[in-house]
Amino acid sequence: MNGFRPVKIGMTVAIFGLLVSLVSLALPGFEQSAVYAAEPAADAAPSFLYEPAPKLTAADYPTVAGVNSRVVVWVFAQLHLWFAAFVLAVPIFVFIIEVIGMRTRDKRYDDMAYEFIKVSITAYSLTAILGGGLVFSLILFYPHLFTYLSTIFSESMFYYALLFFAESAVLYIYYYGWHWLQGGFKKWVHLTLGLVLNAVGTTLMLLANAWLTFMMSPAGVDAAGVFSGDEWAAVHNFLWNPINLHRFVANIAYGGSIVGAYAAFKFLTAGTRQERAHYDWMGYNANFIAICALLPLPFAGYYLAAEIYAYSQQMGITLMGGIFAWLFIIQAVLIGTLFLSANYYLWCGMGRSDGAKRYTKYIKYIAIVLVGAFLVWFTPHTLVLTNEELKALGGPHHKILGPLGIMPAKNTAVNVMIIFTALSFMFYRRSNKVAVVSWEKAGNAIQVALFSAGLLNIIFLGVYHGYFTNTVYKVAASIPQVLTTLVIIVASITLDSFIYRGAQEVGPLRWGRIPERAQYALFLLAVAFTWLMGLMGYIRSGIRQHWHVVDIMRDASSEAFTPTLGYAANVVSVAAIIFMALVIFIFWIAQVSSAKTLPAGYWKE
Amino acid sequence: MRQFLTVVAFTLLTIGFFAAYSNYGIPQIEPAPPPKDEKLDLGSMTMDQFVALGERVFSGKGTCTLCHNALGRAPALENITEVASKRLEDPRYEGAAETVEAYLIESLVEPSVFVVTGFGKKGTNDKESPMPDVSGGGIGLSEAEIAAITAYLQDKSGGEITVEIPSGIENKADEETEEGEPREAINDPEALMVKFTCNACHMIDGKGGDAGPNLSRIGAMRDRTYLRRALLDPNADVAKGFEPDTMPPDLGEQMYAAELETLLNFLAGLK
Ligand code: HEC
Ligand code: HEC
Ligand code: HEM
Repeated sequence: MNGFRPVKIGMTVAIFGLLVSLVSLALPGFEQSAVYAAEPAADAAPSFLYEPAPKLTAADYPTVAGVNSRVVVWVFAQLHLWFAAFVLAVPIFVFIIEVIGMRTRDKRYDDMAYEFIKVSITAYSLTAILGGGLVFSLILFYPHLFTYLSTIFSESMFYYALLFFAESAVLYIYYYGWHWLQGGFKKWVHLTLGLVLNAVGTTLMLLANAWLTFMMSPAGVDAAGVFSGDEWAAVHNFLWNPINLHRFVANIAYGGSIVGAYAAFKFLTAGTRQERAHYDWMGYNANFIAICALLPLPFAGYYLAAEIYAYSQQMGITLMGGIFAWLFIIQAVLIGTLFLSANYYLWCGMGRSDGAKRYTKYIKYIAIVLVGAFLVWFTPHTLVLTNEELKALGGPHHKILGPLGIMPAKNTAVNVMIIFTALSFMFYRRSNKVAVVSWEKAGNAIQVALFSAGLLNIIFLGVYHGYFTNTVYKVAASIPQVLTTLVIIVASITLDSFIYRGAQEVGPLRWGRIPERAQYALFLLAVAFTWLMGLMGYIRSGIRQHWHVVDIMRDASSEAFTPTLGYAANVVSVAAIIFMALVIFIFWIAQVSSAKTLPAGYWKE
Repeated sequence: MRQFLTVVAFTLLTIGFFAAYSNYGIPQIEPAPPPKDEKLDLGSMTMDQFVALGERVFSGKGTCTLCHNALGRAPALENITEVASKRLEDPRYEGAAETVEAYLIESLVEPSVFVVTGFGKKGTNDKESPMPDVSGGGIGLSEAEIAAITAYLQDKSGGEITVEIPSGIENKADEETEEGEPREAINDPEALMVKFTCNACHMIDGKGGDAGPNLSRIGAMRDRTYLRRALLDPNADVAKGFEPDTMPPDLGEQMYAAELETLLNFLAGLK
């Protein structure tokens, strides 16, 4: 029973955390359900059942001496989100790896999937505790906001709690049943459990996202905040789906990066050659997952931003052109870090194959292009706030860099970055293979032509629409650009699979033969991801400015002001350090649970 | 252990780098604090002061410069007096305004009545304006502030200022919405009854007026839901023998959320 003890402790704590949150949900929710019950057929119009959003003053916010209430809620929310993202993502790819294992009948996959889920199980209890902490601190410091939200979302909060129970139950059966539900029909049962687990987990996330997006783009309430009684309208608000999509994808990438860090850590501390090989392989797979999810993220991000803009021009400008414009420079640095470290890891990994020499000479060019594209992305567009700043800069755009700062240039850069990452991957996959088909040369020529034509097309589209059309058409390039990128990726993978049909291996892949610094690339990936998530959490809430619920419920607390980037960065950094410490604790627990001490002479014989 | 410490150091270093970059690598811009409502003393204001007020609101609370700036996100307003007269003659114009002043005010509170070509919301074919109603929720300008902005716009674009400094409306508006000086919340129910003059109309234990029902045993007769509604929407159900529209309809807006609860607890306890 590996890992039984810590898991059991975890379970107890999880249940405790859950109770805390349930009780706290029930308290303010109770009064509301009483309203339903007491007046089912009141002849008064239904709107009387609900009150407008309260108008608060600073006196309505309880304070605890010496405690900054916003920071407490902020840190709890962020920590909860990090863990939640992790524990939701891991079952997704555990499921996929389990399927791969079933199809290839390669037990290594099954073992790896099991190890992944084991890592996530302690994290699961921490998620619950932190969620309880979040609810508790919200009720403590923002009681009226919490009451207002729980009036509107009473049902979904109830289902959230139910689903949480379901999730725990399924997760524990899935985990503890792993070795029992093996082979034939039983394996199918296990796989089905995995599917259910994912369905429940994703639904949980969707519900929580609804509460969050309601505060950004309220729906189902009138201008004074009186709830219409239609909870689905409030859930299905304008920004719900854009955030669902971006989060879903980002969470997978994030989960992959954390598991990658786990593997890297185990690799560095491994005692034997086999262990190193195993964790190298695990790290590779985790990184693979992270990159696959990373590639579509920029598009999901721009879609989200476009939807925010469509919802409210005011909010859109606040997001991209106002006080937060500098934030996107930091975001670019972080995303650049993600792409570069993922690529760097791939390049290092080519050392596992003896055939990689053939490709190493190209790597430096990929690196140059990536850095170049990164710099374009990084170039600020408009950083104007006030008229004084406008005057100081001499215009909204930087004289020399201005042209690189506009959206089409950035879209072009992102697409180029993605294509070159795909290229890195292609080299990696090829590094250990020798093609045997007669038309290999022609095939390669087609590949070169494909990439060149695609890149030219992307650059042409960007330049043409960016600099030779008027404002309205400037972004028209983005869709054909994305399509080109997708075509290149799909076509080149397909073509390569034909070129390398029946290919010979150069030699066995030497898992474990990878420099230690490559493992640090994995850590960098995980840390940058964590920090990026925290930063984006700040902007997501920051664009609400001094509103709890945009235009409906005003934040009247003394902490209603929007903090500066530096302040936010410090909060995020502290939270990230707490998170990393907890993650290390989890890794450690996973390690201890498989350690055995033989206390000589302790037990009577 | 050495590996462990290296990893920890590496992590801290990375986070430190990100934090340092965000603090020192980029300029720290102090976002504007949440808007505060100034107490306006319109009575003693000269037109110059009124225009200056308009300018303040324009670049402050009104957030107009977020969109109306040199970046072309919204039409420039430098020549708005002239432009507005053209708008009124535009065959597409279907609004009710007949003067520049009326057009400006209409643009502010009903932006979608006339949408400047090319500036409409995406996909609405210039039928819907992305500009919010500036008297509504998000920005919430008062009538006087809108008048002040209108005066400012007319002045800035070299037009004649036709707006008059409103008299009286501001203070009334202030009392209604309690948005002037925030007052301290009251947590004593008896004091609340005095503040909101309940006793003038209601009798409790033999004291008070008789324009409204006697509340001495109200907690025994009515449940909390009913009481809440009685306070927030008095005409929802009118007590037998009394006239509707007598009890003030906007208590919900005048009271803080916490005060409402205090009062409800008190009333529910009168048995
Ligand atoms: C969210 C962005 C935004 C904000 C904030 C905003 N506007 Fe506008 N405004 C627009 C857009 C876009 C238009 C053009 C579409 C239209 O005609 O409604 C416009 C049009 C106008 C017009 C009509 C211009 C014309 O040429 O007919 C006036 C006047 C105006 N705005 C004044 C203001 C004032 C005053 C404020 C601040 C209280 C303000 N706007 C705030 C976006 C904004
Ligand atoms: C201008 C006179 C007036 C004032 C001031 C006033 N009320 Fe009333 N109130 C009435 C009248 C008249 C009714 C009965 C008609 C109705 O239900 O709307 C009433 C009804 C009520 C009822 C419902 C009684 C029932 O049995 O249906 C409650 C409770 C109540 N008032 C509480 C208050 C409180 C608390 C305050 C102070 C915050 C207050 N009222 C201030 C005139 C007033
Ligand atoms: C490779 C590119 C990108 C990566 C790796 C990335 C990553 C992330 C991550 C990890 C989160 C946190 C998700 C969560 O809270 O669960 C996030 C949120 C967010 N991102 Fe991105 N993102 C990318 C591109 C973009 C772009 C281009 C934009 C907009 C211009 C954007 C806007 C946002 C916003 C507004 C949020 C907050 C929404 C939320 O709380 O979920 N992102 N991003």
